[in-house]
Amino acid sequence: MDALEILFTASFWVAAIRIASPLIFATMGELICERAGVLNLGIEGIMTAGAFAGWFTVYAGGDLWTGVLVAALAGAMFGLLHATLTVPLGLSQHVVGIGVTLLATSLTYFTYRLALPEVTSPPKIEPFQPLPIPGLSKNPVVGEALFTQTPLTYLAFLTVAVVAWVLYRTPVGLAVRAAGENPSAVEAQGISVTGIRIGAVMVGSALMAIGGAFLTMSAFNSFFFEMINGRGWICIALVVFGSWRPGKALVGAILFAAFDAYQVRLQQMSGGIVPYQVFLMMPYALSILALILVARRATYPKALMIPYQKGER
Amino acid sequence: MRLEPKPAPSLALTLLFPIAAIVATLLITSLLVLAAGASPLSVFYLVAKGAAGSQFALLETLTRATPLIFTGLAVAVAFRAKLWNIGAEAQLYVGGIVTVVLGTGALPLPSVILIPVIMLAAMLAGGLLLLGPAVLKTRFGVDEVVTTLLLNFIVLLFVSMLLEGVLKDPMGLGWPQSQKVIAEAQLPRIIQGKRLHYGFVIAIVSAIVVWVIMKKTVLGYEMRAVGHNPEGARFVGIPVNRVLMKTALLSGGLAALAGFSEVSGLKGNLTLDLSPGYGYSGIVVAMLAMLNPLGVIASAIFVAGIFVGADAMSRTAKVPSYIADVMVATSLLTMVVAILLTRFKVRWR
Repeated sequence: MDALEILFTASFWVAAIRIASPLIFATMGELICERAGVLNLGIEGIMTAGAFAGWFTVYAGGDLWTGVLVAALAGAMFGLLHATLTVPLGLSQHVVGIGVTLLATSLTYFTYRLALPEVTSPPKIEPFQPLPIPGLSKNPVVGEALFTQTPLTYLAFLTVAVVAWVLYRTPVGLAVRAAGENPSAVEAQGISVTGIRIGAVMVGSALMAIGGAFLTMSAFNSFFFEMINGRGWICIALVVFGSWRPGKALVGAILFAAFDAYQVRLQQMSGGIVPYQVFLMMPYALSILALILVARRATYPKALMIPYQKGER
Repeated sequence: MRLEPKPAPSLALTLLFPIAAIVATLLITSLLVLAAGASPLSVFYLVAKGAAGSQFALLETLTRATPLIFTGLAVAVAFRAKLWNIGAEAQLYVGGIVTVVLGTGALPLPSVILIPVIMLAAMLAGGLLLLGPAVLKTRFGVDEVVTTLLLNFIVLLFVSMLLEGVLKDPMGLGWPQSQKVIAEAQLPRIIQGKRLHYGFVIAIVSAIVVWVIMKKTVLGYEMRAVGHNPEGARFVGIPVNRVLMKTALLSGGLAALAGFSEVSGLKGNLTLDLSPGYGYSGIVVAMLAMLNPLGVIASAIFVAGIFVGADAMSRTAKVPSYIADVMVATSLLTMVVAILLTRFKVRWR
């Protein structure tokens, strides 16, 4: 098959949308945090914890949606820890974020070893199955790519719509955006900036954890160490690339995933002339490139990473 | 709740806070030990015994502390200037690459010349690796946290590529590993027959040199000024961007020395598991030391002791050795809270 022909096959786009799904969840999660003024570098660890929590719930006998819920709760708890340290206490969001990532990752590995001391290969679960949408899934390429996915992918797209609607069409969303732009204006309205920010970080972290759970419960069927593999950091780049807008970030995530799916296929076609590591580097290199391209015109939320204390200007 | 600044604490109080943070960490992690069905006191005793209970244990802890001193210094230097270098892991591997490229026979020099040459080359390579993100930060405003993190993944894949390609040991039975460095490129052992090597001495000397740079030189003053208040520093005529470049070179260079010392002093060759996350643990080491270069020595030995002790403990008690990683991560968070409490009074209205 020709390298360009791949782009017109349904299987390629089905894979791209599947690869995009966890990124969409986590990118929306990070976007909510940053829109409220908090950079959440706990993302990588929170995704790890979510991947484990969801998978382990199902392995222990829970059903799949209970697994998603447990993952979200685990994420929200790490979000609460992050927010407690960074919002009322105003500690460095860089240091706390890295700390939360280290803690969530190590707690996950500890729990895994404690719960499954003897296993050499991780046990498998019955993951979410594809659920073709009648009618729509019959459309060539586009229909197949979008509508033969698992329920969690549909939830990812729904999440983007809900996040966009809440951020731009509801009073809560206005308060979240204002907390990231001009916190004293929020306080002037009698709304607590601290409360808004803590809430945003908890909700955002829950979404990151669901993104992690997608990997163990929909894309694959088991939990591996280091399976997040930098996806969290890539999502931080995607938020910047999407200029903090849900729709643009969604497009960025899909473009990124399409590129990732494409490099895998190119790798298979290259016949080993180019070392496979070069292809594996591409997603990370692409993320850095994307950051450089948009950096000049990036409009960060003005209060991002600036702690807020009541009564200060 | 409000935070009010309070006067600088006394030295005794400053030393008390890391201890308080460690006690808090032990209390929190003892919950996990209980969850594992073991007694916290006996587990912590086993960790302490495994870390310092014998000459063997103590030497092992110092051996493990060596790379952590380098990465801890790298992070301390960078964070002091608020250059968020989370890429010490990548810089460490670059130091390892340079060591095997120059140390496996390419330069037929005697030890006294070869080792300094390799060290300088490794430092330069590590420094240049961090210079990239630093330039992207100052020129384009790209956040260095994300770029240095992403570079960790890129560099590890690059190492994997080298170890399966040009640097592959032909006698390695197919394993992805490099050739061993020649005898002239090896750091000698401090005690014959033990693993502790002269990398530890170089690490201590580096800590002292970095302390002198930070406290006694113009560059150190400028780095602290840039970290404290970049606008203010620019206003009084400090070339902020140039200071950040120098910081990047120094920080990346120190992290690369960790890779040099591990290859040249301990492992002999480069493999994909040269570092079990020393770059990331370096962040904890630096924070526990409150970014003080001499404090880094103590906190690196402490963190190394937790890892070495937990390994020994998990062989007898049924508690996974990942408890060490949890303790180290928890101590980072309790420490930043403790530092906050030295500077501010929390007032609940």
